[in-house]
Amino acid sequence: MRVRLAKLAHARSGDKGDTANVGLIALREEIYPLLVREVTAERVKQHFMGICKGEVERFELPNLGALNFLLHESLGGGGTLSLMTDAQGKTFSSALLRMEIEISNEEAKRLGLDE
Amino acid sequence: MKQKVRIAAGQGFWGDLPDAPVRQVEGGPIDYLMLDYLAEVTMSIMQKQKARDPAAGYARDFVSLMKQILPACIERDIKVVANAGGVNVSGCASAVREVARELGLGGRLKIGIVTGDDILDRIDEMLSRGIELRNMDTDEPLGTVRDRIQSANAYLGAAPIVEALNQKANVVITGRATDTGLTLGPMIHEFGWAADDWDKLAAGTIAGHIIECGAQCSGGNCQYDWQTIPDMANIGFPIAEAAPDGTFVITKHEGTGGRVNIPSIKEQLLYEMGDPHEYITPDCVADFTTIQLADGGGDRVRVFGIKGRPATDSLKVSISYSAGYKAVGTLVYAWPDAYEKARAADKILRGRLDRLGLKFDHTLTEFVGVNATHGPLAGEPSRDVPEVQLRVGVRGDDRADIERFTKEIAPLILTGPPAVTGFAGGRPKVEEIVAYWPALIPKREISTTAEIIEA
Repeated sequence: MRVRLAKLAHARSGDKGDTANVGLIALREEIYPLLVREVTAERVKQHFMGICKGEVERFELPNLGALNFLLHESLGGGGTLSLMTDAQGKTFSSALLRMEIEISNEEAKRLGLDE
Repeated sequence: MKQKVRIAAGQGFWGDLPDAPVRQVEGGPIDYLMLDYLAEVTMSIMQKQKARDPAAGYARDFVSLMKQILPACIERDIKVVANAGGVNVSGCASAVREVARELGLGGRLKIGIVTGDDILDRIDEMLSRGIELRNMDTDEPLGTVRDRIQSANAYLGAAPIVEALNQKANVVITGRATDTGLTLGPMIHEFGWAADDWDKLAAGTIAGHIIECGAQCSGGNCQYDWQTIPDMANIGFPIAEAAPDGTFVITKHEGTGGRVNIPSIKEQLLYEMGDPHEYITPDCVADFTTIQLADGGGDRVRVFGIKGRPATDSLKVSISYSAGYKAVGTLVYAWPDAYEKARAADKILRGRLDRLGLKFDHTLTEFVGVNATHGPLAGEPSRDVPEVQLRVGVRGDDRADIERFTKEIAPLILTGPPAVTGFAGGRPKVEEIVAYWPALIPKREISTTAEIIEA
């Protein structure tokens, strides 16, 4: 079955120049390994196609049950140079939560996601 | 030695809730009030103010705030640490001294003045010695923007703040100091942490990171269960309760709104995060993958287990430079076919800009209500979308071309698609762009001073 990240995680995003960062935090501890497995840098790059023009880097923070993504070349030059409504990347967090991942019915049941 | 030091954050940025610092002082016991006034390009605004008036160039809001809270701070021995000095730290300190005298606090106030961050006058000399100040993001040499530089400041760490506090300052005013140093400084001063006690310095740094954005760690901008966060009108700003062993609790005053729990703290920990293994400050390198959190209930989260590593040999420098002009124009289109109308208007506008031969480095069209935040991820809107705002921005070096653009927006009302409004603000304003140039400088180039003046 397909599950939206919004059902699995919460998030916050910000900026450093033309790079947006998105911190993705598992809603429950047992969901974190699923995020590590499914929400790869490649998948995130693909998800932000047309928005992120550079590389995507991923860092793991198992102590917080969280992943941190850096989306390079995503903010129209960044800071005061950017013409974007969201020049500071504040809404990239909820944009990532739109992503859907595929999980087996068995795993969904184990994680209590099958209702 | 105190076993607990309470450091309260009063401003998450210059322009945050004006009453927040007052409420931190009045709402319960605290030992320090920490105020962050400097965003990345704030220094250039202050540099311009100082060019017009040599007595200006700092955060004036800070002086009026001091007028409001200084008597209570002196009475209860609450110390204030603020990077409100901008490019005129001594001017800011003199203004605070005046306020103290007016309030009859003469003889009871010591103001610590931290300087050494401003390197604007040394740039050419440094470049001539081969200190390149290359852009950390693009690797370009500073020479490409040399004639457009407006301000240049090194980020100072906690050390000169500690020096000022050790000399019994009640109020410490800095120019460009790191947000985290404003929180770490008081901890080093109170607990006597060694300059190479990296774990504790990293802990104080992370406490600073958590509270530096004000209420963004205590329920503000919090995605987790946001609908249930209580009494946001009365949101409490954060307080770090630090212990000598480097552990600390994040909390807020009793009776305030908002929420401090593990999700609210995690969200703020990840805000503007780069590589979590190395959060680099002038004071240490903090490792965010070592942080442990425990919810104590009652809006208290305990933070412990933090590891740090030695500081690097460099300081970050923030340079601001003039980078052309920009303007943004908007109009609102109503149902039916609001999106189609807005798209048609954009096409007409761009046709006219082309015919005028205007040159822009960048032109951006967004449709607010359709794609301004999530872009293509939002998908196609319903044909029944009640309204769409057309938002067109342009940027370039030629002010006249940007100015001409601003005259093309309102005419679309009478010369474009129907059912359009939202032009009441008049022509868009042309803005001068001051851009940010981050660079590194060897630490040995910067010497700081912490001087005390008495009221």
